[in-house]
Amino acid sequence: MAETKGSGLDKNNKYDRQLRLWGDHGQSALEAARVCLINATATGTEILKNVILPGIGSFTIVDGHKVRGEDVGNNFFLLADSIGKSRAQVATELLGELNDDVTGNFVEESVETLLESNPDYFSTFSVVVAINLHEKALLQLGGVLWEKNIPLLVCRCYGFIGYLRLAVREHTIVESHPDSALEDLRLDRPFPGLQTFCDSLNMETMTKKEHGHTPWLVLLYKYVQEWKKTHDGQIPKNYKEKNMLKEMIRKGIRQNEEGVPELEENFDEAVTHVNSALVTTRIPSEVQALFDDPCCTNINSESKTFWILCRALHDFVHNEGNGDLPLRGTIPDMTSDSERYIQLQNVYREQAATDMTAIRNRVHALLQSLGRPCGAVSDNEIKTFCRNAAFLRLVRCRSLAEEYGTNTVNKDELNMHLESEEGDDLLFYILLRGVDRFYDEYNRYPGRDNSDVEPDIPKLKTCLTKLLHDWGLSGTVKEDYIHEMCRYGASEVHSIASYMGGVVAQEVIKILTTQFVPINNTYVYNGFLQTSTTVQL
Amino acid sequence: MSGDMDWSGRWNHIKRLLERTGPFAHPDFEPSSEILGFMQDSCKILVIGAGGLGCELLKDLALMGFRDIHVIDMDTIDVSNLNRQFLFRPKDVGSPKADVAATFVNARVPGCKVTAHYAKIQDYDEPFYSGFHILVCGLDSIVARRWINGMLIGLLRYEDGQLDQSSIIPLVDGGTEGFKGNARVVLPGMTACVECTLDLYPPQINFPLCTIAHTPRLPEHCIEYVRILLWPKEEPFGAGVGIDGDDPKHINWILQKSQDRAEEYNIIGITYRLTQGVVKRIIPAVASTNAVIAAACATEVFKLASSCCQPLNNYMNFNDTEGVYTYTFEAQKREDCLLCSNAPQTLTFTESDKLQDVITFLIESNTYQMKSPGITTSAHGKNKTLYMQTVKSIEERTRENLKKTLKELGLRSGQELYVADVTTPSAVTFTLNLASHMEMGADSENTVAN
Repeated sequence: MAETKGSGLDKNNKYDRQLRLWGDHGQSALEAARVCLINATATGTEILKNVILPGIGSFTIVDGHKVRGEDVGNNFFLLADSIGKSRAQVATELLGELNDDVTGNFVEESVETLLESNPDYFSTFSVVVAINLHEKALLQLGGVLWEKNIPLLVCRCYGFIGYLRLAVREHTIVESHPDSALEDLRLDRPFPGLQTFCDSLNMETMTKKEHGHTPWLVLLYKYVQEWKKTHDGQIPKNYKEKNMLKEMIRKGIRQNEEGVPELEENFDEAVTHVNSALVTTRIPSEVQALFDDPCCTNINSESKTFWILCRALHDFVHNEGNGDLPLRGTIPDMTSDSERYIQLQNVYREQAATDMTAIRNRVHALLQSLGRPCGAVSDNEIKTFCRNAAFLRLVRCRSLAEEYGTNTVNKDELNMHLESEEGDDLLFYILLRGVDRFYDEYNRYPGRDNSDVEPDIPKLKTCLTKLLHDWGLSGTVKEDYIHEMCRYGASEVHSIASYMGGVVAQEVIKILTTQFVPINNTYVYNGFLQTSTTVQL
Repeated sequence: MSGDMDWSGRWNHIKRLLERTGPFAHPDFEPSSEILGFMQDSCKILVIGAGGLGCELLKDLALMGFRDIHVIDMDTIDVSNLNRQFLFRPKDVGSPKADVAATFVNARVPGCKVTAHYAKIQDYDEPFYSGFHILVCGLDSIVARRWINGMLIGLLRYEDGQLDQSSIIPLVDGGTEGFKGNARVVLPGMTACVECTLDLYPPQINFPLCTIAHTPRLPEHCIEYVRILLWPKEEPFGAGVGIDGDDPKHINWILQKSQDRAEEYNIIGITYRLTQGVVKRIIPAVASTNAVIAAACATEVFKLASSCCQPLNNYMNFNDTEGVYTYTFEAQKREDCLLCSNAPQTLTFTESDKLQDVITFLIESNTYQMKSPGITTSAHGKNKTLYMQTVKSIEERTRENLKKTLKELGLRSGQELYVADVTTPSAVTFTLNLASHMEMGADSENTVAN
């Protein structure tokens, strides 16, 4: 991957810090991506900045506006001498300077015009980001992209508030990279290879060094075997039983001639790990949900690779897996001599490889039954899928049409936030919908001028009442929030735009790399409290 | 001065926050068209660090109306910075970060005057720092954070035991690592300071030496073996030549030797990337997280300078690995904080404990987490250095004291010990509580045996 491009720089070096997060394959996905930004406001250019720097393939700005004085004031990618010029053009030039590996284009047209004249225009993009669109154009764009299965991110900054909506039909993730995951050790149901290895080690006949360097995994296996003999084949289940097992383990520490226990760290580690390692191996609920999903149960000629892999996984679980997912194959580090640690590690690796082969065979059989070549899914893909079997995730968003439709609006969720006693960040979502109604009626946003702020409060309140009525809700938005919204006067504050620029860019990267888990589906950021909330609308 | 740079409408967005008030504004806030003027003409902000967070901070502050901004950074630009430190271009590699960042922002944002300092924070002292209204940090080192924190606390003035509020310089601090980050606001003397919350920082991973030397199991163990044991022994690039993590020749040598060792133990998985990561203790980094945290910090600076809103109270965590998650809470000020409380600090030891035990305690204690403490005391009206690591000649002269017991060193209960360390700009005073070993009870807090 050490090719040089535009800048003559070694990309391995330039992108090193991010390659450690999403790998070379994630980077390749980014570099193949085409991102469309609609409206080069400060929020828009900040989002683009944060995807251009990591090296997306190309970006296109769609924006029919001319640069105004206030645009230059809050946007790092516009200049004072560009006032009056095409905002799309100026932003594209200045953003292009950030990374020679990225191609930039612009279309000086409003999205409304484009949707009329050439709705297919958007079908070539990997993802579309839209800023500050009015409801009509937003829903039109949303419909077009939903049809074409192109992820859409809608973002808006308003005073101290940031808003993001992700609309993607189905986004599947293999490499979700959970922050904390339990190890896959199978101490409750040790596989044959693990049994053979552990049984071959005799604690009694070990030298002092060997005894003190036997990996805790082996120790736990042995003590659990002992325990099972007098507990009906069951592993310790509760706090009391686990404590009893810990006592058993402690008694296993060798003593010196004076009867003082030796320093055997492996035994201490075994005790420490009783709670986390002695869990019942099970299928995570997210994965079980995937197995139950129609996309998995009905494999057909249209099926995506992800679902074919899922099906193979499911079938493995019900056959070779004996109810379990394929072994992950990794073990944590632990006190041990090198040789036996590596042997133990290999025991896990070999079983994982065996499991993977079984799944591979099933994948190939499925592909054949669909008339697809076996090479359609690479061994590497299958291996990654198996290693991440416990971490598979699925995100399906409701469409914008569903969110905005009066019959399909998420009444319950919205009502819950309206009725909340203390403040609630989601109220700002309702207010954003409200100010759009205000705009429709008065052709401006509330509080545009200083003298508007006070008089607009009751006007905005009326708009909100009508909106809530349309939703079939009876509550009201607290007056404080309405006043604050009027205070903002639809200002786009740079620090808020920059915060959202980071958040949205990372969602774009998650979509493009299919790594890590995107939001589902609405995120509201409150800059005056530095709090945020995510809901499904 | 502020007027002539501005074109029509330039500050429209910001003005809406400054010229209008609302129910969520700070109770003392009075909206006015003069606040922007104050921010532009009188407010002096110091940005510490011109890297991932620093570049973002400079941009954010400039576009939020600040004009007099200083930035300190001791580093030069590296290729691996370019994926996020967007004020730098390939041609800037090798140049000082502070200089390049300042030049870029000054050119892009008319009227903004960023002054660069290509220096370490320790190169400046009280008169320098006390000239700023607000400090905002984008550092990658906990030690540096503690030092700045200590500096600001040292600037606090007390009159009759009451804190003079005008001596408070707020500190806004941001930190990032991969997809995680945090932003906090410290009002020195009033809210939790960096030292109060040392336990929020996870300890650095260091593999035990016996694992590295005798029982390697992971590829990392092999790399550390080469870095810690083999390199000093073989000195592959000359006597006294240390490892330069940015030199591919050095990394390749380490890679090769690590692979040899790994082969010996049947360990797989050594790569160039892993090797460099271990040697340089590389922390993964992306533009997006830096943008988020810097922006949150800039919002806080804006609030503190303008009072248009209550500042963050006082710590926000951010993580966008799964969805987007923030958690905001009030970190508690410690009533016995080493730096920001006026509580007397005691060290309790027995007469037979050695000076080394005291040093070890200061390093390993979760409360103090010092790096290389030096201890002096006062004896017969004169200063006496008990042990100091930082100056070679003094280290050699005082090294023998480490083996001596506190009694042998002539220390008495109630005696004051002055402890200096890289984590704080001025020495901290401890009172020594010396017990004979029979008095040591289970409730002594500062014991060695923990």
